[in-house]
Amino acid sequence: MEKRKIRKPLSLGRVLCWALLIFWAIMVLFPFYWMILSSVKSYSAYNSEYIPSFFTLHPTLENYFYAFSTVPLGGYFVNTLIFTIATTGIMLIVIILIAYAFARLDFPGKDFVFALILALMMIPSELVVITNFVTITDWGMRNTFWGLILPSVTSVFYIYLLKENFSQVPEELYKAAKVDGCSDLRFLFKVMLPVCKPTVITVVILKVIECWNSYVWPRLITDDESYFLVSNGIQSIRESGFGRENIPAMMAAVVVISLPLIILFLIFRNKIMEGVSRGGTKG
Amino acid sequence: MKKNNLKAWLYMLPALAFLGVFLVYPLIDVFIYSLEEGYNSASQTFFGVGLYNFGYVLRDPYFLQALKNTFILVMITVPLSTGLALLISLALSSVKKLKSLFQTIYFLPYVTNTLAVGLVFMILFKKTPYSEGLVNLLINFFGGQSVDFITGPYWAKMFVLCFYTVWVVLPFKILILTSALASVDQHYYDAARVDATPRWRVFTRITLPMISPMIFYLVITGFIGAFKAYSDAVALFGTDLNAAEMNTIVGYIYDMLYGNSGGYPSYASAAAVILFAIVLTITCINLIVSRKHVHY
Repeated sequence: MEKRKIRKPLSLGRVLCWALLIFWAIMVLFPFYWMILSSVKSYSAYNSEYIPSFFTLHPTLENYFYAFSTVPLGGYFVNTLIFTIATTGIMLIVIILIAYAFARLDFPGKDFVFALILALMMIPSELVVITNFVTITDWGMRNTFWGLILPSVTSVFYIYLLKENFSQVPEELYKAAKVDGCSDLRFLFKVMLPVCKPTVITVVILKVIECWNSYVWPRLITDDESYFLVSNGIQSIRESGFGRENIPAMMAAVVVISLPLIILFLIFRNKIMEGVSRGGTKG
Repeated sequence: MKKNNLKAWLYMLPALAFLGVFLVYPLIDVFIYSLEEGYNSASQTFFGVGLYNFGYVLRDPYFLQALKNTFILVMITVPLSTGLALLISLALSSVKKLKSLFQTIYFLPYVTNTLAVGLVFMILFKKTPYSEGLVNLLINFFGGQSVDFITGPYWAKMFVLCFYTVWVVLPFKILILTSALASVDQHYYDAARVDATPRWRVFTRITLPMISPMIFYLVITGFIGAFKAYSDAVALFGTDLNAAEMNTIVGYIYDMLYGNSGGYPSYASAAAVILFAIVLTITCINLIVSRKHVHY
């Protein structure tokens, strides 16, 4: 009885609340639904619908075959995969080493260097991209994987994130390892990294998302189609199309490009959301 | 000790080398570029030092258009997305059922490729000879006139750009605000309930002050992010943004650097320095305002 009295006046609020939640869920999901739906409609069916239908009774995969056979979509995929794995891998080695130096090794000027590096966090990438473009062009690295990878293998923020985590590992572990004659490198890989695995995974996930979606730098540095990443690929499909305006095939390409990250997200949902709330910036 | 010293620098060497070449050197260089007058990228020569590049950029109609677009985009999307994210997070924190399902759905735009999903938005809004496009059919259904959102009037295009930008930035804001709301100490609410405080008062006197640092954080990052808008516009209107009248400051920088109208690193640098100055100013204003209003 008592409970009902409190609940009743809230009911309008609750209805509005659910309405808002469902409304935005539809707004988010609808573009995804529409791209999948359009991608399984046949070319002629899509173009004959003046009023697009909200479902199809004759789903077809022909657009997917068409998308893969008329543009080098598979090639874009392989390029992005190579770029993502190489960038993330090299970055991990580089930032783990420096984070370890800041967290465990003592040397004069350490605090000063660390403060300097933190100050670099404020530099927007738009400011440095111009000179990097000139540098990479001068080095003759346009249209190479090195040109794509090299400028993005460090991240001040991830160095900071790892260093904070490394510092939390008890000093005693390090001293004990030293007494046992364990080298720094061995200690780093056998003790530090396993202990700090969650942070390392967070960094990897954030970097993978960043790499998979990167568009601006690859666009500047590659104009040869055989080095295009998926973003540039989809943009060139948009500009020049498939020879004719073939929207179902375009949507098939969009589905194929979006799928890997969505699957990754559904598997590592909690890890990704936690990682982004600690270090995400998009938006 | 000496040995340890050397080892530490060895550990830091790769990172310092990369940071030096790709972050510190370019940072200094961009200011130098922006002051070199008449720079020729082929012969790498210039004839003077001064502020000519800034004057050129500030008089360039394309830059002024980009500046206007960016400011409109910022002024519309930052308050709108922050407010909407706050509403959604409040709704989200007041339900128990299906909460994690909603959270998962709301987060999806974050992990999708901006360029790819932008294409879907273009299809939804586009008016073609053989179809009005879904959004226009909806407008017709409610008795309105069709509008060409992608190649049509300026405000129609700006609407799509703002709409897509809000759609893209909301996941991050909802995520941050939901966790901020969850971390408000439940005791405050219990005390308010004992005093029978009205709901609106609870919101303005407890919830809002408690999460104000996070809202403020989102406003700052939102401003910075919106000033750097570029790929959303490319996704909707293609790479020739000047022709579409939809260029942004960052788009102008890249166009000056590379592409059909490119080859002018000095103008690009001057525009980048101007962008940096704008962002820095806005951030400082935000910090000053927050001193007065944010409760820590």
